[in-house]
Amino acid sequence: MNPAVTDLGELVGREYKEGFVTDIEADTLPPGLDEDVIRFLSAKKDEPDFVLEWRLDAFRRWQNMKQPNWAQVRHAPIDFQAISYYSAPKSDADRPKSLDEIDPKLLETYDKLGIPLEEQKALAGIAVDAVFDSVSVATTFKDKLAKIGVIFCPLSEALANHPDLVRQYLGSVVPAADNFYAALNSAVFTEGSFVYIPKGVRCPMELSTYFRINALNTGQFERTLIIADEGSYVSYLEGCTAPMRDENQLHAAVVELVALKDAQIKYSTVQNWYPGDEEGRGGIYNFVTKRGVCRGDNAKISWTQVETGSAITWKYPSVLLEGDSSVGEFYSVALTNHCQQADTGTKMVHIGRNTSSTIISKGISAGRGQNAYRGLVKVLKGAETARNYSQCDSLLMGDRCGAHTFPYLEVKNPTATIEHEATTSKIGEDQLFYCRQRGLSEEDAVSLIVNGFCKEVFRELPMEFAVEAQKLLSISLEGAVG
Amino acid sequence: MLKISKLTVTVDGKTILNGLDLEVGPGEVHAIMGPNGSGKSTLANVIAGREGYPVTGGSVSFLGQDLLSLAPEKRAREGVFLAFQYPVEIPGVANVYLLKEAVNATRQHRGEEKLDAMDFLKLVREKLKLLQMKEEFLYRSVNEGFSGGEKKRNEIFQMAMLEPRLAVLDETDSGLDIDALKIVADGVNAQRSPDRSVILVTHYQRLLDYIVPDRVHVLAGGRIVRSGDKRLALELEAQGYGWVESDPSTVSAA
Repeated sequence: MNPAVTDLGELVGREYKEGFVTDIEADTLPPGLDEDVIRFLSAKKDEPDFVLEWRLDAFRRWQNMKQPNWAQVRHAPIDFQAISYYSAPKSDADRPKSLDEIDPKLLETYDKLGIPLEEQKALAGIAVDAVFDSVSVATTFKDKLAKIGVIFCPLSEALANHPDLVRQYLGSVVPAADNFYAALNSAVFTEGSFVYIPKGVRCPMELSTYFRINALNTGQFERTLIIADEGSYVSYLEGCTAPMRDENQLHAAVVELVALKDAQIKYSTVQNWYPGDEEGRGGIYNFVTKRGVCRGDNAKISWTQVETGSAITWKYPSVLLEGDSSVGEFYSVALTNHCQQADTGTKMVHIGRNTSSTIISKGISAGRGQNAYRGLVKVLKGAETARNYSQCDSLLMGDRCGAHTFPYLEVKNPTATIEHEATTSKIGEDQLFYCRQRGLSEEDAVSLIVNGFCKEVFRELPMEFAVEAQKLLSISLEGAVG
Repeated sequence: MLKISKLTVTVDGKTILNGLDLEVGPGEVHAIMGPNGSGKSTLANVIAGREGYPVTGGSVSFLGQDLLSLAPEKRAREGVFLAFQYPVEIPGVANVYLLKEAVNATRQHRGEEKLDAMDFLKLVREKLKLLQMKEEFLYRSVNEGFSGGEKKRNEIFQMAMLEPRLAVLDETDSGLDIDALKIVADGVNAQRSPDRSVILVTHYQRLLDYIVPDRVHVLAGGRIVRSGDKRLALELEAQGYGWVESDPSTVSAA
């Protein structure tokens, strides 16, 4: 190797090693992860000491953990030292200047989804002009929410303004060392949202439009914390139907939900990260830990997810049913086309008495896609008369894809009622022909049949989101048959 | 309306239709009868464009167009309707939703405006009455959990909504009790009109007591071996299919 290059490499390494702690003006860190990187991140955000300690503790535990390999997915080992753990948002000068510079295929998809032009620009990462003033939109919402005491802000802002509240709940549902990716996230999280709904308040709007605009700079290691105080209600929408490109291949987010007595949290996700090309090149690895706890009696947490993107999805939104008569729900549509892989499902842990949970999972596999449902229903000794209903349906399109179901049951209380139903079906030539004989094009027929299959999940989504999700599914399946 | 010439269909080296000729004029109702395996359902499926029935010879012309060159959905939009022998279940898709998509696909093809929700519902209610169906029927998933009779009724209801130029009814009478048969037959009769042709594919004469055909054809060995008026069906009923199959001299032009 050219000695000059080696020297340069060493030089870069040395500068970084010595320079970053003080030089918090740096825009990007070179690849690599050690305690100094974590100190840099924490200093950059001006975080309270307890957060830094928490991050370091997570990091130390993470170093002793192994990448999990039990999921029904395949990928090359990830080199965590090859990732840069901080990079400032791109300045306007670095961004594309107009839609002419954007991949026409991406724009075509935006059009099909009916996304307004200005919003398309924002999604494609173009520096938006003053006409589309997202800041003022967000501010209007914020004022409205502030009046009723709802806190909705970036997690870093919450750490600065409400440190005690964050400290009380951060990591209380997903502990720092819960699993490999959660530990990594705890060590290096950079972005995320914080929501607090005060006692008895019903959040008057879906926390969505705001989020959609502000989701543009979501980080690789997002961390979201939502707390619904006694008797409150909130519906939170995460993600976006529009395909989002991101240069970071690994995404390891953590979402924690806390529902206190009589509170209800409805968390809906539409995930459409870049799935890679038809041969499976590129594409996001989405390794997410999502968990909610019903901490008081009669609390309720519902997860609804529509997962169509990412090369690999590894995700199990779960509910710990601590409070008596608390309710957990999981409604999921996961679609894998081309070379996508998904291993997703839920965990419902019944702890309190008379707790109930519902699991409706719809997996759609097309192309060479691999789709696994993995779910655990656990009924602890004290969970008298717990009830669970699980339904896992798989739909196959073509003969090169796969569907797998891994239901786990652990029941320690004899009064529990557990029901599990599973079906696997193939989208039939006869169904397609029937629709076409009635005048529908083949693509419309596929979309009709698939939407019918997913109906039980779509009806759980807020109206506008549901319409978008249906369109999204059709687009994701284009060319899957025939 | 429909002109089939020397139609030959070969599946896995086996000739199912063997030079079949058939002409159906506007407003006419033709019955195609024949023993099992004579090629009746194949004929219905070829007209509708189902895959798996390769045409190896002959032609089918519909309103002057080469029907065989059109995709199934194009044929449907041009006005070809097939009432399925085994209507297909589509879980989670409401009957009314499929209907609306279907009606609008055809309207769009004809250069007409899509029906709005109110006009559509008005039309639906009118046609429901025709088949003596309840409105809740609209919101059930397509054919899912339907009884045999309900499925067949649903086919004729769809036909009423789509107002085809040519309707092919493939064994619509099979599996129906006498009451359901009457309702279905009334539904079809109400739709007879000078610009709508109907082909009834059936094994039994029974249906023809209720839907009286202009012409009756007997299909055997992949060809029409005998044609006549409605009396032919009664003769068949009396003498069985052996009668036409065993006597090649009975072959006549359609």
